[in-house]
Amino acid sequence: MLGKGIVRGMLVTFKHFVETYLYRGSRTAKARGLFTVQYPEERLPLPERYRNLPFLLYDPETGEPRCVACGMCARVCPPQCIWIKRAKDEAGKPLRKPEEFVVDASVCMGCGFCAEFCPSDAIRMDKDYRVIAFDRRKDLVWPLERLLKPTTYYAAICPTMWAEEQAEKAAKAASKGGA
Amino acid sequence: MAADIPEGKEALVKEARWSTLFGEAVLAEKPDELVVERSHLAEVAKRLRDDPDLGYDYCTNVTSVDYPDYFEVVYHLLSISKGKGLLTLKTRTPKDDPVVPSLTPIWPAANFQEREVWDMMGVRFEGHPNLRRILLWEGFAGHPLRKDWREPYYEEDHKPFGSRWPDGVYTPAETRTPWGRNVQYPPGWDPDEWEPPDLELPTVSAAELSDVTALKTDRILVNVGPQHPSTHGVFRMKVTLEGETVVALEPVMGYLHRCHEKIGERNLYIQNIPFTDRLDYITAMANNLGYVTTVEKLLGIQPPPRAEFLRVIMAEFTRVMNHLLAIGFLFNDLGLYFTAALYGIRERELILDLFEMASGSRMMCNYMRFGGVAHDLPEEGVQLARDLAFDRLPRVVEEFERYLNEIEIFTARTVGVGVLPPEQAIALGASGPVLRGSGVKYDIRKFQPYSIYEEFEFDIPTGTRGDVYDRYMVRIQEIWQSLRILKQALDRLPGGEIQAGKKAWQVKVPAGEVYGRVENPKGELGFFIVSDGSPNPYRYHIRSPSFVNLTALEPMAVGQKIADLVVILGSIDITLGEVDR
Repeated sequence: MLGKGIVRGMLVTFKHFVETYLYRGSRTAKARGLFTVQYPEERLPLPERYRNLPFLLYDPETGEPRCVACGMCARVCPPQCIWIKRAKDEAGKPLRKPEEFVVDASVCMGCGFCAEFCPSDAIRMDKDYRVIAFDRRKDLVWPLERLLKPTTYYAAICPTMWAEEQAEKAAKAASKGGA
Repeated sequence: MAADIPEGKEALVKEARWSTLFGEAVLAEKPDELVVERSHLAEVAKRLRDDPDLGYDYCTNVTSVDYPDYFEVVYHLLSISKGKGLLTLKTRTPKDDPVVPSLTPIWPAANFQEREVWDMMGVRFEGHPNLRRILLWEGFAGHPLRKDWREPYYEEDHKPFGSRWPDGVYTPAETRTPWGRNVQYPPGWDPDEWEPPDLELPTVSAAELSDVTALKTDRILVNVGPQHPSTHGVFRMKVTLEGETVVALEPVMGYLHRCHEKIGERNLYIQNIPFTDRLDYITAMANNLGYVTTVEKLLGIQPPPRAEFLRVIMAEFTRVMNHLLAIGFLFNDLGLYFTAALYGIRERELILDLFEMASGSRMMCNYMRFGGVAHDLPEEGVQLARDLAFDRLPRVVEEFERYLNEIEIFTARTVGVGVLPPEQAIALGASGPVLRGSGVKYDIRKFQPYSIYEEFEFDIPTGTRGDVYDRYMVRIQEIWQSLRILKQALDRLPGGEIQAGKKAWQVKVPAGEVYGRVENPKGELGFFIVSDGSPNPYRYHIRSPSFVNLTALEPMAVGQKIADLVVILGSIDITLGEVDR
C-alpha cells in the first residue's frame, strides 16, 4: 500500500517525541528519546582525561615550578607553540629551571603530547575550555606567570590521575630506598 | 560482476620477472615493484590492464616524490577482478623536463590525482584531458611539494625548530613574513587582469537550435557552492545544465587546503598523528589507525593484543558513527530536514563520550601511538562500549531501518538515481561504500587484512544496482557488520599492556618506502611514506577516499536532474577536510 512506509516512519518519530518527555534528562546508553543538554545552564561533567590547553605545575609549599627546562615539550610539540628560555647562573652555566616559558594558546592544537612526554611531570593539560580573548598577542600568548598553577589545582581537576601519579612516585621512592 | 571476485585474501604479486614481460622498458624491478622508462610508461600500463594474465584494473593511488636527481611518479595498482595485491608502478623524469605520459586514458581514477601531482610537484602529464591546478589556484607561484619550495612562514626544514629551546624567545610567525609581502605570483601573471577560467559559457550550436522537434532550452552554467549547505563544506560543483538536466559537471575544490603534506614532511613522525585527526574530522580514530599501521610496517613492530583490540574497537565505532551521520545528512539533502540527522548525531554523542573517556578529546582524539595506544580504556569506558554495541546501537539501527528504508518518497528519489555500474566504479577508483554499492565485493579488511581484522567474522555487504539507494543500504548493512565485529572484539578484549616497548617521542624509522591502506568508513585511506632514515618523513602522501571518490561524481550526475545532484553528492559522503587536505 502506498504510504505505508511513511506511516511507519512517522510512528518512529512520534515514539521519539513521546519518549523525550518520558525519559527526561538522562544522557546514558540506556536513555530513550532525545537528551539535549541546555548549555550553559546545564553542563556535562568532564571526563578525567579531558584535555584542552597546557599549564605548568608548581609546588604550593615551596613555590618552585616542577619544570626543569629540558625542552622535551618544546621539541615534541607538533605546531611548535612552546618557547623555553633556560635560566643561567652568573657564570653562564645553565640551571635546571626555566627563565621564560611561553605557550601560544592560539597556535596550540591541544594534542597533549607535551604532557604525555614530560619527564618531570611538570606540564599538564587543563580543563578550562572557556578561553576568551580580545587580542591574540596580548591575551593568548601565555607567559610563565599565566601558565603556572599549583599541584593542588591539578589534584582537584584530575583526582584519579593525580592519585595514580602519587602512587607511582611512592612506589619508585620505595624501590629506590630498598635498593 | 561480484561473482568474479575471488573470495578471501589477496594473492601476492607473482610476476617476478617483469623484465621478461616488458623487456628494456624496465629500469628496475622487485616482485611487487616495477620502474619503467617514461617513454614506455603508457604501453606498459596498457598491457598491465589489458593482458588477461595481469589484469590490473584498479589504480588506487597516484603520487610523486622529489628526489635530488629526478622526480618519481608512483602509481599503486591492484587487480580487483583477479584479487591481486598491490603493485607499485614507477617512472622517473628529469628535473629540467618534468613530463610523463598521462595514464588517465587507461585508468580514469588517475584523473584528479594526476592533476594533484601537477599542482603539488609540477610534473606535466602529456595527454591528460584537463591538466589544471586542482587544490591551489592559478595565481599560485611554484609547486609546493618540491623540496626547494618554501612556505611564507618558513623557519627550518625540519621540526623541532632550534629557536624554541634552550634560548626560546617568543616570535609570532607573522613577524617573519609581514603581511603584504608574503604573496608571490607566477612570473608574468597579473592578478588584476586574470579572469577565472569558469566564465566561458558553453554555447548551444546552431544545429541544435534548428531542430524544430526538440524542446528549446538554454544551456546555462550554474555554480553549486562553494557556500551552499548541501555541499557538506566549502566545495563547488560547476554544473552545465540543459533545462534541468545535468550535461557536464566539474568539481572545484581546494578551498580548505591546509598544506597537510608539506607540514607532514616538516614534522617528526609522531607529530603527524594529531594532524591525521584533522584529515577527515569525523573519523579521527580510523585515520590514526591508518597512519600508525603504515609507519609500523616500516618500523616492524607489533602492538600488544589489548592495544590491537582497542584500536579495532575505536575504528569500528568510528565506522558506525560515520555511517549514521552520512545517512542522516543524506536525508537532509533529500529534504527530510534534521530528524534523521538528529537521531544520528544523538548516537554519535554517546560514541564521542566513549572516545573522550579513552583519549581525552571528542573529535581530535590523537589516540594511537606507534606500537600501541596512548591510554588504556577505563573500566566505565568498556561498560559504555558494551552497552552501546550490544544493546543500544542494534536497537537504534533497527529503528533507523524501520523509519527510513521504505519511505516511498525516499525510494522514489533514490532508486535508479546516480547509477554507477561496477566496471565504471572500478575504473574510476571508487572505494568504500561507493564501490560496494555498485556490487563490487571488495573490502581491504578482508582482502589485505591489517591490524587483527583476520580474527573477526564479518561479511561484505554489496548493492546490486549501484544507485543512491544501494549506497544507503550498504551503509546500513555495514553498521550491522561493524556491530558484529564490535561484539566479538568486546567479548574477547584481553588485558595486559597497551604499548609495545617504551613509548618514544622520536622513533627510528629505517629507510624505505611503504604504502599502507586501511578501509576507512569513506573508503580506502592510504598513506604513502618514504623514509630516508632521518627523524622526519622524506615524503608523506595521503590518498584520501573522499577526494578520489569525487572522480566518480561527474559520471554519476550526467543525465540526472539538478535536484538529484545534491542527493548524489550526499551519497558519496565526502568530508572536505579530507578532500582538500
